[in-house]
Amino acid sequence: MIPRYQKILFFVLLVAALVMGAVLWHLRQRAHQRLLAGEDSAPTKAPLVAPDEQATLLVANDADGSLTVQARSLPLPADPGARARVVLGELLDLYSQPGAAHPVSGGAASVAQVFLLPAQGAKDSADPDAQLAVVNLTAPFAASHPSGLETETLTVLSICGTLRANLPHVSQVRFLVDGQQRPNLAGHADLTRTYLTADAVPTGGPTP
Amino acid sequence: MPAPPPRYVIVLDAAHGGDDPGGRLASGQQEKATTLVLSVRLRSLLSARGIGVITTRESDATLDPDRRAAIANHARAAACLSLHATESGSGVHLYTSSLNPAPVTHFVAWKTAQAGWITRSLALSGALNSALQHDSITVTLGRTSLIAIDSMTCPAVAIEIAPERGPDGKVTAEPDDPEYQARIASTLAAAILAWRSDANRTEARLP
Repeated sequence: MIPRYQKILFFVLLVAALVMGAVLWHLRQRAHQRLLAGEDSAPTKAPLVAPDEQATLLVANDADGSLTVQARSLPLPADPGARARVVLGELLDLYSQPGAAHPVSGGAASVAQVFLLPAQGAKDSADPDAQLAVVNLTAPFAASHPSGLETETLTVLSICGTLRANLPHVSQVRFLVDGQQRPNLAGHADLTRTYLTADAVPTGGPTP
Repeated sequence: MPAPPPRYVIVLDAAHGGDDPGGRLASGQQEKATTLVLSVRLRSLLSARGIGVITTRESDATLDPDRRAAIANHARAAACLSLHATESGSGVHLYTSSLNPAPVTHFVAWKTAQAGWITRSLALSGALNSALQHDSITVTLGRTSLIAIDSMTCPAVAIEIAPERGPDGKVTAEPDDPEYQARIASTLAAAILAWRSDANRTEARLP
């Protein structure tokens, strides 16, 4: 004969087991629903890319020392600093192509960053929004740049001119290499001074 | 008593030297050696024409840009020529300082001292350009920022010799080719002589 208290205990334990089973099943369902809800919130479309815009490059030519304007259509970010980097990357990609008129290796990766700061004396100038662009080039780019007065000058001027053509408020440019000031690019062009973008204008062809 | 220095002096600055080899030419020669050879060649030609010449270096010596400018400024030269050589481009590249012209004053900032001489530097560049073109040498004119030139208080031009190229763009003479160099040096010497004559005529016209 089973004592009465054991019957009651068995019944209570059975009810407790059933309740716990029901709670566990409910928690499992809630977790499943949460998981499904999480999957629904994940992006199902590719992220939006910047729309193609017209960019203007000032392209150098070693043969005649000229700087000519070339228009390119490429996706440009809205942030001015990122925009400047993309445009300069396109310019340097052009120079790294085989048979380029101004051959310089390195390509787009040679521009580490472009910082835009208020230009010195901008408030008193004709353009109160004038900016100074600080172009941080990579050390491998400077190390592999061909040495020469003309080729180095053309690289500097084409960068300055391209910045001015795409970011009209950029009036001054300074150069860094791996975040440090460097005396010259590859033995000639002075990198310690501030360049005026107004000096980098498209030029004509060679003197015959 | 030592003879007084000649009144009409040209400064020849063979770029690079010593620890600074400059660029490397297709022949394997370093830019510093090519510029020194050109400097010696030009010095001989100018001295033979009675022009006083001061060179910034006569050997493979290291010289910083400030020292080069100091030598030129101390000489009170009628013209200062900074000599370079490169493997890119073609013919001769004539570069003057990109500083904006400014009036000559008693006290000038070292880094922008050339500003007072820009007009005369451009005139000298024009004279060299005319002479080179007359001898069928391709010329590219430009403005640049070169530390040594920017600190010089004399009409100053950077002369960069690039390979001579044919109509198809192929190299016909390298910058260290003795014959090519001799032709350019001879033309430059003649242009400097003409520049001196022009300066003398201008002085003679002055009251």
